[in-house]
Amino acid sequence: MQYGMLIDYGLCTGCRSCEVSCRKEHDLPLEEWGILVEQIGPKRLGGEWEWDYVPVPSRLCDLCSERRQEGKKPMCELHCLANVIEVLPMDELAKRASELGHGKVSCFIP
Amino acid sequence: MAADTAFASEENGVLKVRTCAWSPPGDHPVGCGLILHVQDGKLVKVEGDPDHPITHGRLCPRCIALDEVVYHEDRLQHPLVRDRADRGKNKWREVTWDEAYDLIEAKVREIWDKYGAESIFTLTGTGRESTLYAPVYGPAVLNTCNGASTYAFSGQACYGPRATIANYLLGAGVPEIDWAQYYEDRYDHPGWECPKYLIIWGKDPLYSSPDGFFGHSIIDLMKRGSKIITIDPRLTWLSSRAEFHLQLRPGTDAAVGMGLLRVIITEDLYDHDFVEKWCFGFDELAEAVKEWTPEKVQEVSWVDAQTLVGAARAFATNAPSSGIWGVALDQSKASTQAGQCFLAIMAICGYLDVPGGIAITKPTSFIGKWRYEMSDTISPEMAAKHIVDPTGKYALFNVGAAMGGVQGDTLLNWLEGMYKDYDCYYDLKMCWMIGTNPLACMADQPQRWYEAMKPLEFIVVQDIFMTPTIMALADVVLPLSTFAEHDGLVTPNFGRNQHFIGAMNKAFDNPNTKSDLEILIDMGKRLRPELWDRFESVDQFFDEQLRKNYDFGLDDVRAVPAKMAGYEYRKYEKGLLRPDGEPGFDTMTGMVELNSIVLASYGEGAVPYYEEPEFSHISKPELAEEYPLYYTTGGRNISMFHSEHRQVPSMRAMHPWPLVTINPVVAERYGIAEGDWVRVTSPQGHMTQKAHLTEEVNDKFVHVEHAWWFPEQDGEAPNLYGVWKANANNLIPHESVGVTGYGAPYKNGICKIERVDSLDD
Ligand code: SF4
Ligand code: SF4
Ligand code: SF4
Repeated sequence: MQYGMLIDYGLCTGCRSCEVSCRKEHDLPLEEWGILVEQIGPKRLGGEWEWDYVPVPSRLCDLCSERRQEGKKPMCELHCLANVIEVLPMDELAKRASELGHGKVSCFIP
Repeated sequence: MAADTAFASEENGVLKVRTCAWSPPGDHPVGCGLILHVQDGKLVKVEGDPDHPITHGRLCPRCIALDEVVYHEDRLQHPLVRDRADRGKNKWREVTWDEAYDLIEAKVREIWDKYGAESIFTLTGTGRESTLYAPVYGPAVLNTCNGASTYAFSGQACYGPRATIANYLLGAGVPEIDWAQYYEDRYDHPGWECPKYLIIWGKDPLYSSPDGFFGHSIIDLMKRGSKIITIDPRLTWLSSRAEFHLQLRPGTDAAVGMGLLRVIITEDLYDHDFVEKWCFGFDELAEAVKEWTPEKVQEVSWVDAQTLVGAARAFATNAPSSGIWGVALDQSKASTQAGQCFLAIMAICGYLDVPGGIAITKPTSFIGKWRYEMSDTISPEMAAKHIVDPTGKYALFNVGAAMGGVQGDTLLNWLEGMYKDYDCYYDLKMCWMIGTNPLACMADQPQRWYEAMKPLEFIVVQDIFMTPTIMALADVVLPLSTFAEHDGLVTPNFGRNQHFIGAMNKAFDNPNTKSDLEILIDMGKRLRPELWDRFESVDQFFDEQLRKNYDFGLDDVRAVPAKMAGYEYRKYEKGLLRPDGEPGFDTMTGMVELNSIVLASYGEGAVPYYEEPEFSHISKPELAEEYPLYYTTGGRNISMFHSEHRQVPSMRAMHPWPLVTINPVVAERYGIAEGDWVRVTSPQGHMTQKAHLTEEVNDKFVHVEHAWWFPEQDGEAPNLYGVWKANANNLIPHESVGVTGYGAPYKNGICKIERVDSLDD
């Protein structure tokens, strides 16, 4: 079964626990990443503040297949302080995104 | 540390040890759940514990990178000694623990004989595990009156002010949001309600996880419907998600607080029943805030009048709501008044001790009681020599404080010889620092502290890394173990509002290092055996302390990820807050004291009032022409704890340089681009950090980071790892503190900025 990563990034706080966790789990050097958090804003759009952190998995992300086989959560999902990362089977991604129901949800198939 | 215990199991040669994190390395008692993977005695992986009822596996980058601290090449691994004449030089000699202890013992005994034990003082720092044990070193080991919780810190401007004001006004420990933290079943707990609004005042808890509050619980609450009101000069990320952001001028919290109170009172939005039954002095409070119309608040604090009114209405009319107050309230001269406002708002809205409101508990006696007993071991003659301001200032701090110790400004004055002509004066000769790096982190005017400490005859410091303070001043250095290398207990909120007790379980050995508690017991046995000989082991110590206070012991705590405290609502109705078992609050009047006779008796206002910060465009208009901007300091970044983590590779990579945050419009005015070095100068001093241009700050102030030093630079004096260069505390005035002795303007002042070529300019 194919999996993807859903991120409720409207509540991602930019803590970067995902970045550090992934590097540790996959033994990556500091210059590389399995997931990287980008910052957008703060800027005013239509009078409201827009300030987002958007984590993007890289080609090195294997969605922690080994951990998932052992029945464990991917490392970034486990450690994510805001609890906004979910690795899910492809066919559940859209359903879960609409359940979250408040915009600012992203989906990656790395 | 045995394999296959209640908290450890072995699988394919990997020992997995469950533990609750505290410190060192630096952190507050949040006690997050960790599973430490240990192979051949080495930490190979850190994993969050999915079964921990608070964190469910979530971790900050700092805990995830614990291995980089444990195995860092600069970690202190042996006790070190150095000739006093070589202070500031990298001329250390490695010694054994016994040699270090022998040396300290001999020196202490010599000082006792020659000068008296009062000539010894201890210093401690914030947040770390040592806050539990450091206060005992002075009285119960060194036999001095100048120990307890003494900080090289103006106005003891962290936690002490809030703890003290809560003590007097509520008769309770430190209030917290009710985030269902006391229950195993957390947010599903029957009877718990989600707060509708959260006031987040002078705090950025997501990145600081302060005192025992797991910061990202705010996100849990937001997911369950909580709306946010922030009171902060900075646009924090939470402010960008807030329904109301009250963007105040740094240091004007009391004006904003009185403005909120006025709306709630004049529009009759308060809880009459609670006020009538349980509050003392409502009329005096109402009178005190009457003049604080939204327009006046806007004029003084720059908070938009409409936003203020909207926030007050939303907060007061949506029960239950809650709030959290941060160190920013402590870090102004008016800390007492700001704290009074915060507590009064929570009280008159009827949010105290109700589901989804403000959780209050009695300070737990666990460890606390032992600490008081151990502090009570000096003679009355010794106690009478306790250093206090000889001119009679700071009576509340010196007599009635929640935390004790020597007031920080008084201590610097004393060291500098200001009180030499008073009969009570004597010279200080020795200092023992436990969990503090004051030259980098908390000392106002750090170079004055450095000069004032230099003449001391003997200085002992314990830590996990070499620090600028150690390099500058220490004669003996004792290497500490990390929380993964020793046993302990985590007591969230330092026991002042404790939602669980967690076991900190040793996962592997580091035989050349010890914990603050182990050193305390070892030195206690040497210097005051009559008090310490009965303690055989750390385990026995913890077990005894637990059993004295609860119906369980150490094994019971170790058997679970966290031993939850449970919570009873509306304790004031049930006689559960007062020692006499009567209903009410544990205050003089038995009620929440909106009008505080105790504060008045110490010369402070009984009700809140507004005092302009000492350095502002209003109090010093001419000076403000030269210093046209405001500064605030100390916003946290998650990869570092105060002055720590600067040498930890992945943490430093997340935040390589100290940043001065400037609005792009202001930066343009001064010809400053992103990444430029910028010198910030206040009337008291200057420092240099790298420009970061963002609208997180408006065009009236800049934000500078605190506690920076550069482990990669030359450590020897005068450079001392560059500790003076980017030091926010160069800007801070000495002794601009409140009547009580509490509160100092670490987060508000006036400054000018200019582009410079390097960190050295
Ligand atoms: S799922 Fe695993 S591999 Fe992918 S980013 Fe997260 S931690 Fe890295
Ligand atoms: S760990 Fe979670 S909250 Fe933190 S940056 Fe990554 S996705 Fe965002
Ligand atoms: S709050 Fe963060 S740094 Fe502190 S113990 Fe928890 S995970 Fe570790």
